[in-house]
Amino acid sequence: MSTMTMPAGSPAATGGEAFLSVRDLYVRFSTEDGIVKAVDGLSFDVQRGRTLGIVGESGSGKSVTNLTILGMHNPATTTIGGEIVLDGQELTGASERQLQQLRGNKMAMIFQDPMTSLSPYYTVGRQIAEPFRKHTGATKRAAHERAVEMLAKVGIPQPAQRVHDYPHQFSGGMRQRVVIAMALVCNPDLIIADEPTTALDVTVQAQILDLLLEMQREFGSAIVLITHDLGVVANTADDLLVMYAGRAVERGTVEEVLRAPQHPYTWGLLGSMPSLTTDVSLPLTPIPGTPPSLLDPPTGCPFHPRCRFTEHVSGARCRTERPELPDGRGAACHLTPSQKAELYAEDVAPALGEEAVEAAADAERAADAEAVEDQVPGSTDSEENEQ
Amino acid sequence: MLRFLIRRALGALVVLILISAITYGLFWAVPRDPAMLSCGRDCTASALKIIHHNLGTDEPIYLQYWHYMVGIFAGRHFPVGNCPAPCLGYSFDESTPVWPIITGRLPVTISLAIGGSVVFLIVGVGLGMIAAARRGKLIDKVATTLSMFMYSMQIYFLGPIALAILVYGLHLFNNPAYVPFTENPWGWFVGLLIPWAVLATIFVGAYTRMTRSLLIEQFQEEHVKMARAKGMSTPFVFFRYAWRGALSMIITQFGMDFSSLLGGAIITEYTFSLQGLGAFSVEATDKSDLPSIMGIMLFGAALIVIFNAAIDACYAVIDPRVRLN
Ligand SMILES: Nc1ncnc2c1ncn2[C@@H]1O[C@H](COP(=O)(O)OP(=O)(O)OP(=O)(O)O)[C@@H](O)[C@H]1O
Ligand code: SF4
Ligand SMILES: [Mg+2]
Repeated sequence: MSTMTMPAGSPAATGGEAFLSVRDLYVRFSTEDGIVKAVDGLSFDVQRGRTLGIVGESGSGKSVTNLTILGMHNPATTTIGGEIVLDGQELTGASERQLQQLRGNKMAMIFQDPMTSLSPYYTVGRQIAEPFRKHTGATKRAAHERAVEMLAKVGIPQPAQRVHDYPHQFSGGMRQRVVIAMALVCNPDLIIADEPTTALDVTVQAQILDLLLEMQREFGSAIVLITHDLGVVANTADDLLVMYAGRAVERGTVEEVLRAPQHPYTWGLLGSMPSLTTDVSLPLTPIPGTPPSLLDPPTGCPFHPRCRFTEHVSGARCRTERPELPDGRGAACHLTPSQKAELYAEDVAPALGEEAVEAAADAERAADAEAVEDQVPGSTDSEENEQ
Repeated sequence: MLRFLIRRALGALVVLILISAITYGLFWAVPRDPAMLSCGRDCTASALKIIHHNLGTDEPIYLQYWHYMVGIFAGRHFPVGNCPAPCLGYSFDESTPVWPIITGRLPVTISLAIGGSVVFLIVGVGLGMIAAARRGKLIDKVATTLSMFMYSMQIYFLGPIALAILVYGLHLFNNPAYVPFTENPWGWFVGLLIPWAVLATIFVGAYTRMTRSLLIEQFQEEHVKMARAKGMSTPFVFFRYAWRGALSMIITQFGMDFSSLLGGAIITEYTFSLQGLGAFSVEATDKSDLPSIMGIMLFGAALIVIFNAAIDACYAVIDPRVRLN
């Protein structure tokens, strides 16, 4: 069982069974304008066979985080701190050669745009076969057969012929299938998909996500799925991490976060992103203000310049004290659990539709019960597990 | 593929016809009376008339152009002499047809263009590749600075300095001179070494900068990142992916530069007193030898058009998107 599937309030079980474990990750770029703090103290875990969704506005550090896991940044301009452990192996200190052994083999990346993520100069068969030959030492012939097999697996008709075709001879959706075939050719244990469906037609999107999940079932891989679309998260991911300004601000299972979100930024996202759980007739309301500059991020809670709820927190703590994200289910916000539940139920949920209101009311009752229980020593655990 | 090449060749032909018509119009129509230019100071009406007749300019302009074009394929007879095909006109100053003058000068120009190109391609593209591979490092900064410096160089400045040091100062070389390759390959090589180096210098800067920035652009391409993300080694990513993407732009630029060099490296030839096409065009301009100027112009334009078509054919070879459409 993972840290993220545990009910709120449980002690956090970190490390150990997590297949990918990121701890206190810092990524800084030196640029002409100064130091960009692209990722700032980020921690999360992913288990084998599970999918972690990462959401957040543009520039919140999602792609940087995942490129860091693959070790793709230019070391001359990038400072990386913290720990990335993949299946017991520390990656932040790994050499380029060690990383090359892992990339495409144990961990694979799927980029957003299938139009540009394949080279126009080589046949798809060759591009799929390349990493297979490199990582398994297979012969040219065996690698070719493997490429045909992979094309068949990702649902490309007539794979034995199409393997000789060039990327421009495929449609967008078919190309993304080719990219997935290429990423999965060595049965990677970790698949990082950076907005894999954003560039595709809506009808094709669902097919591609289904394909990813099918591959996951077959190989038992862990998936990190970056997306702007909460609908995609709701249908595809098990766990959810919300990022803001290079930090994780909320995490939990998808169920937990979508039913009872705790962070004001997540509330804003729910109102501003298309989502399958909210009523389509409700208008999307963008979060006011703009994401902060990562050259000079705000003090305290990075969300405070855009937050509507700062006055509910005593003193000026929102501006002075950085709220920590607890391990397991939780949000990095100074509001108390019952304040979060109450504000969400009364202030935010009504704009998100009936379903959200009901879920919020449940969550509020549960939070109140917990608050009461905190004052009554010796209360049973049963109530706690109900939420 | 074949259809693409045929289409491209026909296109090139149309462009050539257009260019020849425009060039003809410019050269024979703009100076109100080209005969005046050849007639000298004590020009009489009857002399002018004879010249007109000799030039063929006593006919309407479209007829003149028609005769000119037919002459290219069939040859012409001028009252002053015979001009066999391909007839690009008749030079009255030299009392010979223009075409043999061009072919006579061509070996010098070709030698200069090929040798210079080899040098600037190897040095310029090589430096650019090294700079891109080691970007941000010391060698990149050295290469970038050097290329800026060379880019701002001028042949008429660099040439005399090279001569002063290498020839007159250190006596390492004889004065550059053209010796036909077929007669004496070593003499051909040594005689052109300094002109090649000087000509290449001004291109090296441009090619270093271009190669470096094209490669760095390619590193940002998703498919190049993807190649890295699937675990391919750094040299593999560099040559198979990034270099492959940069190649077509470099070929385009090279095709343009090479064809214009074949039309005559005017300043280089002038600086080193080499009798190539560039020097010929200077002489012809000096003497207002209109048929020769026209001939060289047309020849140069044809080269550029032909090389452009050749570049497109190269694209078809290296880019499956072109080949398979
Ligand atoms: N190599 C780099 N050098 C300097 N800054 C960078 C670099 N790469 C990314 N950044 C900056 O880091 C921040 C985070 O970028 P990132 O690409 O991770 O955002 P994202 O969450 O993936 O956004 P999007 O949803 O638009 O893909 C951005 O402000 C970006 O400008
Ligand atoms: S800590 Fe304060 S500013 Fe930050 S989200 Fe919570 S209430 Fe808003
Ligand atoms: Mg991104």
